[in-house]
Amino acid sequence: MRARTRGYWLYLIPSLLLFLAVIVVPFLMNVGASFTRWSGVGTPRWIGLDNYTRLLADVRFWESFQHNVGLIVAMAVVPTMIGLVLAAALFDYIGKRFGARTASALRAMYYLPQVLPVAVAGVVWGWMLHPSYGAVNQIFGLDVNWLGDPDLALATVMAIMVWFQLGYPVVIFMAGLQRVDPSYYEAAEIDGASWWRKFWHITIPQIRPEIFVVLLTCTIAALKVFGPIFVLTRGGPGNATMVPSYFSYLNFFQKSNVGYGSAIATVLALIIIVVTFLFLRVQERES
Amino acid sequence: MRGPGRWAVLFALVVLAVVMIFPFLIVAVNAVKSPAEYGSQGPLSLPDGLYLQGIIDFWNRVQFGTKLWNSFLISASVAVLAVVLSVLNAYALGIGRVKGRLWILVLFLVANTLPQEALAYPLYYLAKAVDLYDTQLAVIIVMTAIQAAFGTYLLSAVLGQFPKEILEAAAIDGAGRLRSLWRIVVPISRPTINVLLIFFFIWTWNEFFLPLIFLISNDTQTVPVALGVLQGEKYMDATTSSASALLGVVPAIAFFLIFQRTLTRGVTVGAIK
Repeated sequence: MRARTRGYWLYLIPSLLLFLAVIVVPFLMNVGASFTRWSGVGTPRWIGLDNYTRLLADVRFWESFQHNVGLIVAMAVVPTMIGLVLAAALFDYIGKRFGARTASALRAMYYLPQVLPVAVAGVVWGWMLHPSYGAVNQIFGLDVNWLGDPDLALATVMAIMVWFQLGYPVVIFMAGLQRVDPSYYEAAEIDGASWWRKFWHITIPQIRPEIFVVLLTCTIAALKVFGPIFVLTRGGPGNATMVPSYFSYLNFFQKSNVGYGSAIATVLALIIIVVTFLFLRVQERES
Repeated sequence: MRGPGRWAVLFALVVLAVVMIFPFLIVAVNAVKSPAEYGSQGPLSLPDGLYLQGIIDFWNRVQFGTKLWNSFLISASVAVLAVVLSVLNAYALGIGRVKGRLWILVLFLVANTLPQEALAYPLYYLAKAVDLYDTQLAVIIVMTAIQAAFGTYLLSAVLGQFPKEILEAAAIDGAGRLRSLWRIVVPISRPTINVLLIFFFIWTWNEFFLPLIFLISNDTQTVPVALGVLQGEKYMDATTSSASALLGVVPAIAFFLIFQRTLTRGVTVGAIK
């Protein structure tokens, strides 16, 4: 039996080598660099935990995490809530009264932004919201600097991300609803339950696994968000839309603070790993 | 709800759908207007005719053909290589059930969830050291590892359910392990493998952060990187900007239409990511 399984190890070797070179070693190098002062050239100088103590006192760092929370709301919480209502409405209302084709055509339209590279979505909205020639201001006859006003920029980015993300939960939830036994709904209908009661007491509990998956994957995506910030605002104006991933990029490639950038990236990695494990734990306990 | 009520629900959902696709429509409409027409008519009017000069100028200025080819080369290579590695890994983990497979799977899962920022600078440094900086090959190697991490996780679960009797029968007939993999496991798992190929292709096409870091010259950049970097440049007036947005949108929609059937079946698979 041992000999039988031993042979299978051979199939893992290419990947293990690749992973060592591309993920394990670079990650350890990154953690190592976070204990140094290093500009990217020359020899890194060991400074222990200095980068981390500096991080804890850095207002920009804390603000960047606050913005991350806003983006979790925009990319995970709001799309999940709207997506639940939309999926249920499409599945058991539109689908039944206007036909499955209508429902799937609407679903495809909600999903369309999801097929874009997120950077291209940023280009589209950067154009739509341009302060001097953008379509949005012209349509509504406004003169608002959506992405250039420090009080508005984060809210604007959040709105764009809701638009971008919405289709994902709709599609996942509609797929999940197909698993649900229709007799639940029939029984509820005989009892004269309203649409909202059925939504609350049947739909949501039945597709709980999908809700978990969507919340987890979207939360991680929100913590990692980089492309839209790079394209739309570069973290600005001032610091108004700074997020950890862009903050570390800035330190790596523009300020030559590689040690400090590595500390930010390490903290972000730890947070994401902890969030993932928490989600998986809760999910395990639920089921 | 009967009578007007049900139409109200449909109306609300249709309005939302129009809002969702509105940016696509307005980008398309304005990409084919001349700057003068945009100046006088604004963004909402329908174009007088097809003015393609803006798109052509932008295409030539950024060598868009090269960008498309780079994106295609990188995405296709990553899709194939990552699927091959995922299949090999999943064969060992899902069917071979090698010792410590749970920990290996956790390692792959963590590798997939790690933010790329935590790998970026060392990768950039190493790529320079081995002379791969600013080459498509560097992006292919790194993205293959990241995608294969997800593919391994997914395929191992699928192959864990693989009917053992078929493999035992093949072994009795004298088929070796590699032969069983190639002749039996791969053909039977074809639907899942196809979904993975498409996902890897599109995810790699859409990738922004790592290509941005590795690819700095005109000859190596991908579509999202080129468009993302140019955004906000001085010469990007209203119609040029919408031309650039349109050129980024069209390939994405083309893939969506080409792969739609496999994708709508597969998004539930991708839900694990």
